[in-house]
Amino acid sequence: MELFIQLTLTGLTSGAILALAALGFVLIYKSSDVINFAQGEFLLIGAYVIFAMLTQAGLHWTFGLVLTIAVAVGLGVMVERLVLRPMIGEPIISVIMVTIGLSSLLKAIVSTIWGNTPQAFPPFIPSEPVNILGATVGQDRLWALVIAAVLLGGFNLFFRRSREGIAMRAVADDQQAALSMGISVKRIFAWAWSIAAATAAIGGALVANIVGVGPELSHFGLRVFPVVILGGLDSIPGAIVGGLIIGLLEQYTGGYLGQGLNQVLPFVVLIVILMFRPYGLFGQEIIERV
Amino acid sequence: MISGIFHSTYEQDMALRHTHAQKIRLAILIVFLLVFPFLANRYYLTLANQIGIAVIGAIGLNILVGYTGQISLGQGGFMAVGAYTAGILTARMGMPWWASTLVACFVTAGVGAAFGLPSLRLKGLYLAIATLAAQEIILWVVTHWKAVTGGVDALVVPNPELFGIRMNTDFNFYWLVWALVILVTFASVNLFRTRFGRAFIAIRDQDIAASVMGVDLFKYKLLAFAISSFWVGLAGALTAHYRSIVTWERFTIDVSVLYLAMIIIGGLGKITGSYLGAIFMTLLPAVLSNLGRVVKGVFPGVEGIIPFIQQATFGLVIILFLILEPEGLNKIWKNIKDYFRLWPFSY
Repeated sequence: MELFIQLTLTGLTSGAILALAALGFVLIYKSSDVINFAQGEFLLIGAYVIFAMLTQAGLHWTFGLVLTIAVAVGLGVMVERLVLRPMIGEPIISVIMVTIGLSSLLKAIVSTIWGNTPQAFPPFIPSEPVNILGATVGQDRLWALVIAAVLLGGFNLFFRRSREGIAMRAVADDQQAALSMGISVKRIFAWAWSIAAATAAIGGALVANIVGVGPELSHFGLRVFPVVILGGLDSIPGAIVGGLIIGLLEQYTGGYLGQGLNQVLPFVVLIVILMFRPYGLFGQEIIERV
Repeated sequence: MISGIFHSTYEQDMALRHTHAQKIRLAILIVFLLVFPFLANRYYLTLANQIGIAVIGAIGLNILVGYTGQISLGQGGFMAVGAYTAGILTARMGMPWWASTLVACFVTAGVGAAFGLPSLRLKGLYLAIATLAAQEIILWVVTHWKAVTGGVDALVVPNPELFGIRMNTDFNFYWLVWALVILVTFASVNLFRTRFGRAFIAIRDQDIAASVMGVDLFKYKLLAFAISSFWVGLAGALTAHYRSIVTWERFTIDVSVLYLAMIIIGGLGKITGSYLGAIFMTLLPAVLSNLGRVVKGVFPGVEGIIPFIQQATFGLVIILFLILEPEGLNKIWKNIKDYFRLWPFSY
């Protein structure tokens, strides 16, 4: 029972971080139909920028976090403007490939600046373990869960209530209709990419706080795929639920079955879902059958 | 001056090479391939062999992605199937290398067709994600099925021999791999003159229209996966016998991306494109590391970051090609030919 609670808590926290990374992914797909293979690198850059702010510049973590988000937003806008906008109207394979090229470029830039070896991260969230129902969990993990929950709730509100959020949903629904209602689709794309980069950066900061910074953080980019397919590629609640389910699944298989099964099971789930329910749990049912 | 190519006989129309210029270029290429190994040193021979394997793999992937329009991120996984099948059959069961290579091709074709099953319901980016999962699952099996693959440990394969001659020295392997390259090229060029190849192209251009015209999508999509994987398996098996060692690190998702980059930069749906892309992507890192060694005296810090420079250039080249010349090197090559064909009235 103790193990179960332990695994559940760890699963929920890592699931929450996965959900943050997936949120940006879904946002970009929803508004611009682009699959972003560089989402893991956004997370990596977020982690390293806040690392540099805290250790190399010696800033307080609040300033550090704000500056990191600012950098991420700038990066998102720049990527959209320079790389993705010329690709509008190109076939899917070109769009997929351009984000893969982007991921390789970003990873190389990070390695050139900060080297290739993992480094310890000065924790800005306390990490003393706490006892919950007999299971011990690092406090930082719980904080990550809380922060992720607050952010995800905030975004949910943003999409329901704010002008920009509603405009983004309109663009996602139909670009031409949105244009004719006076919404600037280009601005919405820039919004989508900057929000995606910012959420990924926060996710990166949270992960870095728990496991330290290193180039392997970019693996989140691949781990996001089972999450978004399970939840539905164009569904924000789906990203959250999918993230939590995959997080729990990874922990349970890792804890009870072992043998590295936790690395592969999400991908098996992915294939099964693609075969039987390609639009996922909450996605829109518009898959074209061939 | 030529205003176009006009055929007056059926033989001319059926020929693979139509003009004198094409025949002369082919002859020059063949002479170059025959003379090259006697002039080159070991370093260049190694590069030539790597290019040969890459060309086979790239043609295989191009059949699937470029001609049939099914995006695949599973290339690395399929090459692993080929390499491990060939390696295990030769190392553990003492099968001759050529037999294990042949078996590896068929096994990879089967595995490719199995992972092609989702393509019957999915297309575009959903298929890309499904093949990405295939890549991860295959590599996981390779690293965790210790009893058969040896897990993360390297698998040592005995040197391939033919009539007492060791085949995997750089010089001997050159003849083997380029003979196979020519065989694969010939088979693939002709594939697209048959019913099967035409069906693949029809599926790429409009799958629904193709099925209305009587192309069985189920059959031909699986066939495309199988034929493509057959050549990819050959590339994998050749890697195993050439290196005499098989490790999983050689078949990660990065390999899938590398091959996809080759065919996109070379030119999708063009055999020549597979050649150009394979040559370009194999030489690029080699040229960069040589450049790094040259400028080491001037900038001493360069040597440590050469891998990162290679990675950054790789990403940048992909982005720039897609933005500036989406049709790839093949289009550039065509433009050059057109320029000189119409010279001095080219515009």
